[in-house]
Order: sequence, then structure tokens, then C-alpha cells
Amino acid sequence: MKEQPTPFVLEARQITKHFPNGVVANAGLALQLRPGEFLALLGENGAGKSTLMNILYGLYQPDSGEILLNGQPVQLPNSQAAIAAGIGMVHQHFHLVPGMTVTENVILGAEVKHGLFFLDYKRATHQVMALAQQYGLEIDPAALVADLPVGAQQRVELLKVLYRQAKILILDEPTAVLTPQETKDLFRMLQNLKKQGTAIIFITHKLQEALQSADRIVVLRSGKVVGEVLPSETTEKELATLMVGRDVLLRIEKSSAKPGETVLDVRELQVFDDRQHLAIRQLALEVRAGEILGLAGVEGNGQTELVAALTGLRAIAGGSILLGGKEVAGASPRQISSLGVAHIPEDRQKVGLVLDYPLTDNTVLDLYFQKPFANGISRNKQAIEAHTQRLITDFDVRTPNMKVSARMLSGGNQQKLIIAREFTREIKLLIASQPTRGVDVGAIEFIHQQIIQKRAEGVAILLISAELDEILALADRIAVLFRGKIVATFEAAKVDREELGLLMAGGKNLH
Amino acid sequence: MIATMHHLTSTFKSLLLPFLAIFTALVLGALIIALTGKDWLAAYIGLWEGCCGSPSALINTLVRSTPFIISGLAVALSFQAGLFNVGAEGQLYVGALAAIVVGCGLQGLPNFVHVPLTLLAGGFGGLLWGAIPGFLKAQVGSHEVITTIMLNYIALRLTEWLIKSKNPYILGDPFDSSGERTRSVAQSALLPHFFKTDLHAGIILAGILVLLVYWLLYHTTIGFELRTVGKNPHAARYAGMNVPQTITLALALSGALAGLAGTSEVLGHGGVLEADFFAGLGFDSIAIALLARSNPLAVVASGLLWGALLTGARLMQVRAELSADLIKIVQALILLFVAADQIIRQLYRLRETKTSEKTAFSQGWGN
Repeated sequence: MKEQPTPFVLEARQITKHFPNGVVANAGLALQLRPGEFLALLGENGAGKSTLMNILYGLYQPDSGEILLNGQPVQLPNSQAAIAAGIGMVHQHFHLVPGMTVTENVILGAEVKHGLFFLDYKRATHQVMALAQQYGLEIDPAALVADLPVGAQQRVELLKVLYRQAKILILDEPTAVLTPQETKDLFRMLQNLKKQGTAIIFITHKLQEALQSADRIVVLRSGKVVGEVLPSETTEKELATLMVGRDVLLRIEKSSAKPGETVLDVRELQVFDDRQHLAIRQLALEVRAGEILGLAGVEGNGQTELVAALTGLRAIAGGSILLGGKEVAGASPRQISSLGVAHIPEDRQKVGLVLDYPLTDNTVLDLYFQKPFANGISRNKQAIEAHTQRLITDFDVRTPNMKVSARMLSGGNQQKLIIAREFTREIKLLIASQPTRGVDVGAIEFIHQQIIQKRAEGVAILLISAELDEILALADRIAVLFRGKIVATFEAAKVDREELGLLMAGGKNLH
Repeated sequence: MIATMHHLTSTFKSLLLPFLAIFTALVLGALIIALTGKDWLAAYIGLWEGCCGSPSALINTLVRSTPFIISGLAVALSFQAGLFNVGAEGQLYVGALAAIVVGCGLQGLPNFVHVPLTLLAGGFGGLLWGAIPGFLKAQVGSHEVITTIMLNYIALRLTEWLIKSKNPYILGDPFDSSGERTRSVAQSALLPHFFKTDLHAGIILAGILVLLVYWLLYHTTIGFELRTVGKNPHAARYAGMNVPQTITLALALSGALAGLAGTSEVLGHGGVLEADFFAGLGFDSIAIALLARSNPLAVVASGLLWGALLTGARLMQVRAELSADLIKIVQALILLFVAADQIIRQLYRLRETKTSEKTAFSQGWGN
């Protein structure tokens, strides 16, 4: 005789998790997942979403609480146990071997063998292809992962999980790195999976996505479940309020721009990428004081190379970059920065911060050699600490103290720290690359307000974002970047979203 | 208040691991001694008395540790900048050679002029030998591990040639029948000795250098640049630092320290250089820097430990009729446990620490 069947494939009861540094990531959390359900887990950075998922995937052990699979309590001491139990996870940052093929990556750790030692590559390829077909995941099994676009790499991660016969799928912010088209494809595939019986937990802080695709939405805040709603019975505004714990401005208020003289004037710019292909071809753009130029475009169309060239981090192959009428092509990053250029880099953890440094060192990363932070070569600790304290207060950086390493901050607070650093000196031009990527709603609001504030002060702003919504919300003018060229420029007020999307995708049906 | 507590516990934690590594290595050492049928207790009592049991033993330990401290400091400095200087050995020799040239070449100077000049020459020799791989790495990206190893061979063979060449004699001593050593430096270039013992001013030099490197690393903009490049070269470039220049500087300074270690050793021991004088000191200093987790202050402790083990080994050998080389096994085990600290964590059920506690050296190489 079987016991009374439970309605849940996965259930977490009273999960509590403290970290040694005093952070309580989960405080008595409960979560239920029904068979074939698409559950969206919504919450700000630091709300405890990732901790909970890592517990469910066996990567962390809860201090207390239990996990039930199909009604039976289970122990998940490590991820192998979770995989064996049919739980699969796709992390935000992929765990792939770039130099291996799709098939090799998929079977890695669960190889198909001939006898004891030999790989049965042929059979593996067939298995991977069959799997891809079954779930409608388009992929070439023989392609090298390094050559695949991000969306396809994510499909490989999905295949890896499905190959291990996961019945429960955990996706940690899967759309953070995807283009709008890739996002659409992903949701289509996930719906496919769902139809075939896979239950899905989907972590996100994008309200729209949760509303459009989930069966049920669970909202976390400060390690607790603060709300459980059906998409049909809620609104974006209500979700945002639940998430942040207060009312949030989803649409930024701004006055009309009063553009002044031209600050940045780029002409016939040519830039090579790492593989010595032209990433920027004959690009021209102009940003004036007091206006925001939004650069829209699918990632990988030369944004990274353009920003690197403008900030002196990459040599240019031709053309000119005029800053306030002065040629800066070939100048060093420090020379350009001292001319009043601030740069919010797209990769804040790899480029914008030294994660192992305390906040103090990070707030003077660029100005450490100047007075009052240094006298000659001797660093002035008091001045640095006073400066850091001011920045933490002014920009509301949430941190236990200024001596903790930047690594300990949540993504949103790391970004606030960078913005604090870049905004507290005299600047004429701001180059903001993906300023709100992976940042929660509350921090997005704050960052957008800061950018608008700089615009009001007469700073010229070049905003590069993969989020069309962000561009539309902030920019005064919008330029579309496609394959290293600006293919169109619009006044933001007169722009048509559909047309913009088409241009970003390379469609040319402009009158 | 809480921050201070946190600081204290984290200091304790960072000391715990090396301490356990040493302890475990000694236990395993005892086991090996027992397995060979000898008395491990007598051996370890001998080891202790030999390095710390009497004033003369302590002095021997200090003298033995001096080059380890300075040269360990050299490697630690390179680790801090994310660079792996495997070339301390070569830099020791080139520094010592330069010191011999200045020590022999100048005559009739007063002690307080000749000694600093000779030290300067030695530091400069090492600086040059360190700057070459630094410059190559910065300009053409050649990996410093390869270039420093190659330069070790060049330095060693260069030393041999300079010493053994007889037609003409270059640095070799024409009156020495063995032909194995250089002429000795002028009396005025020798480091002063204390209490009529072997203890020489090198230990003071070591102390000054430790403080200087500590100050440089943690209280100057140069040190900040060095550490930033070591921890995150991308962020360093973004922040406007000159990464290639910093890399060259870091290896040059590291080389200069190694050169000074070689010089102090030569000038503290009669002012003569032989072709096998340093016998792996430069490689031991890698272990010392690792054990100290690249912290310049901790290098003093790990350098003293190294010196003490080697000094005590002689009495251990007598007391337990063992080979003194057994202590090299203990040293190797210490290094193994420090490098592969997972073993120690598993053994003593220690929790995983944060990445920030890991040594900086593992980041800069392999790319």
C-alpha cells in the first residue's frame, strides 16, 4: 500500500541558514513545488533566493529545516545527491568547458563508455541529439562551446541537466545574460519541458517575466516568503512593492533635456576585437552635455569594444575620438579619466572592483594617488576612510562596515559602490555600460535617479544597455548599434518599440 | 569593537592552518623516525636543543635564518603582485657576484661607506636579474615562471665561469688551489659581527627590509598598485594603473631583495662566493613565502622556522644517529600541507575559509 500521495514533488519546510559572517540568508522558509509547475521565485539581491536554491541543490546545508521529495524527507549532502534525486540546476554563470564540443560538455561526468576506458562518442552524440529533439532545443552537438552565442550555451546547460534525467529544474536568473529574442526562445523551451512533466523553479527579479510565464509567483524578502500570488491576480506594481517592502517608482520621472555643447564626438571609429576582426566599423556618434544617448543593441555587436576604446582600455584602429574638442585616441585610461570621464564597466566584479579589497580601497581605486588620499607615495588612511564613509552614507551602500571586502556585498550594493566612486568627482562624460544588470528593483530605481541627476547637472551620458526598457526609460536620443555600426538614431520621444527591435536584430525595413 | 574581535579571530584562523601544518609534519616525521627504528623523542629533543637550547644555538638559528627571511620576503613580494618569482636562486647569485665585484674592486674605504656600497651593488645585481623577466612579461607576455627558471641556469653557469676561469682569472682566487671560490672582498666590506660570534648585521638588515616591504605594500601607493595588479589586473587597468610597469617593478624589487639576501650572506660569512654557495636557498624561499601566505611580517616567523629546523638538525643527527636530511622531509611535508591545505582541513575538520584568505599567488599565473 502506498501512503497518501502528496501534491508536491518538492517541498522545503522551515529552512533556516545563517552564514558565519552573521548574515541570515533564510529564516524559516517554506516552499512547495507541484508536479509540472512553473514557479517563479522573485526577490531582491540578498533576499535569499540563491541560498535557498543552493540548499535544494545540495550545495549548502541548512542549519535547520527539512526537504521533502514526493513527500519523503531527503538528505542532500552534495550536488551529486541532488542530481541522483532528479534535481537539476542551471546557474547564472555557466559551468562549461569552452574548448570542448556540445556533446562532450553534456556527457562530462556521466560519460557513455565502450568497456572501461573508451568513450563511445557516436552513441553519446546520438543521445544528445535525441534529447535536443525531444525538448525542442536547437543545437549542433559537434559545435565547440566557445563558438556558441550565450543563448546556445545556455541550451547546453539545459541539456546537461536533462541528460541527467532531472525532473525538477532550478534556473538561477537565466535571462540575465540573454537577448530579448533568446529570452523568448528560452521560455518556449521551458514551456515544452513543462508539458513533458518537468517542474521548474525560476529565479528572477524581472517582474515582467514572472508575470508572463509563471504559474505561480513566490516573493522572498530578507530570507522569508512575503507573498505568494497568481500572475493573473497581481500587477507589476504590487509585486515590486512586495519585493522591496515599500512603494517603488517603476517609471522614472524626468524633465526634458536641455542639451548643451558637444562633449563626446566620435568619427569614423574603427576598433578590432580580440580575434583581430573589426568590431567597430566607421562608427560616428555625438553626445552633448545634459543629454543621455542610449545605445541599444543586442550584446556582441561591438558595445564592449566601443566602450573600451572610448575609455582608453583598447587601442583604436582608425578614426578619432574628440573629448571636448580634444583628441583622446591613444591616450591612457588615466589621462582620459582625468579629463572628466567616468566609466561604469559592464562587468562590475571582474573590472569595476577588486573583490578581495575592503570597501575603503575600492572607493579610491582610481584616485588613490591623489591628494588627500596620498601624500607623495604615502597613503592617507584617515582621508580614505572618511571618503568611504561619506560615499557609503550618500549612496546608501548597505554594508556592515567599510572594512568588509567588496565580495561580501550584494550585486546591487557593489554597483552602488562603483557609482558612488565614479560620481563623486567632477565629470563631464559618463559612460554607463549595463548599469543595472543583475541589480534588484530597489537599486535600479536608485541608480536611474542618480543618472538622471547627473544629466540635470549637465553631464553628457552615453548609456549602453541590453535592456530595451532601460534605454526607453532613460535616453533622450537612441542610437541602434548593429555589427559595429550605428544603423539608426532616433529622438526617444518618437521611437517605435517594434521598429527598434527590428533594427537591433538587423532588419532593414526602415523607410 | 566587533570589528576588532572579527579581526582577532581572523588573525587566529590564518595562523591556525600553518601551525597545524607544521604540527602534522612533525608528527609524520616522528613516525618516519620510529619506522627506521630510531628514538624519535631523543631526535626531537636534540632538534629543539640544537636550535633553541642554548644562547649559541639561538645565535646559530638567527644566522641561519637571515638569508631565508630576506629571500622569502623577495618571493612574498612577487606573490603579492600575482607573480611567481622562481628565480630567487639566480638573483641571489647575480647579487652576490655584483657584491664581490664592488667588495673586491674598491679598496681603502671606511667600513661605513664600503658596506652600504657593496650592499647597494648586490641589490642592484638582483634587481637587474629580476627586471629582465619582469620586462619580458610586461612587454611580450612571456611567463615569468619559465623565464626566471631559465635565468637561474644562466646565473649559475655565469657564476661558475667567473669563478673557474683561469686564463684570465676573472673573479676566481689565483692563490686558492681548489679553484672553487672567488677572491675575498676587502675587510672594509664585511658585515660587522656581534658579541664575537657568527651573528652578523645581516639580521638587522633583514629586520629593516621586512618593515620596509610591509610599509611599501600596505602604506604606499606603489604597494597599492602592486597588490591591485596581483589581485585583479583588469580592475587595475580600469583604474588607470600602468600594469606592465607595475609587473616589471614588482619583479625588479623582488630580485633586488633576493640580491640583498645573497649579498648579506656573502658579506656575513667571510666575503667569499663559491659556485654552490646558496645550494637551493632561492627555492627554499618559495616555501617560506608560501608558509607565510605572502605576508611580509609572517615571513619572519617562517624564515626563523626554516633556519631553526636546519640548525637543530645537526644535534638531532648526533643524538638519534639519524641523517640530518630527515629534516628536509619534515620541511617538504610542511610545504605539502600548506600548499594542499585541504588535507589539513579534512584532518582537523576545519571549515572552508573565504577566498580572501587564500594566498594571492595562485591568481596571477597560468594565464
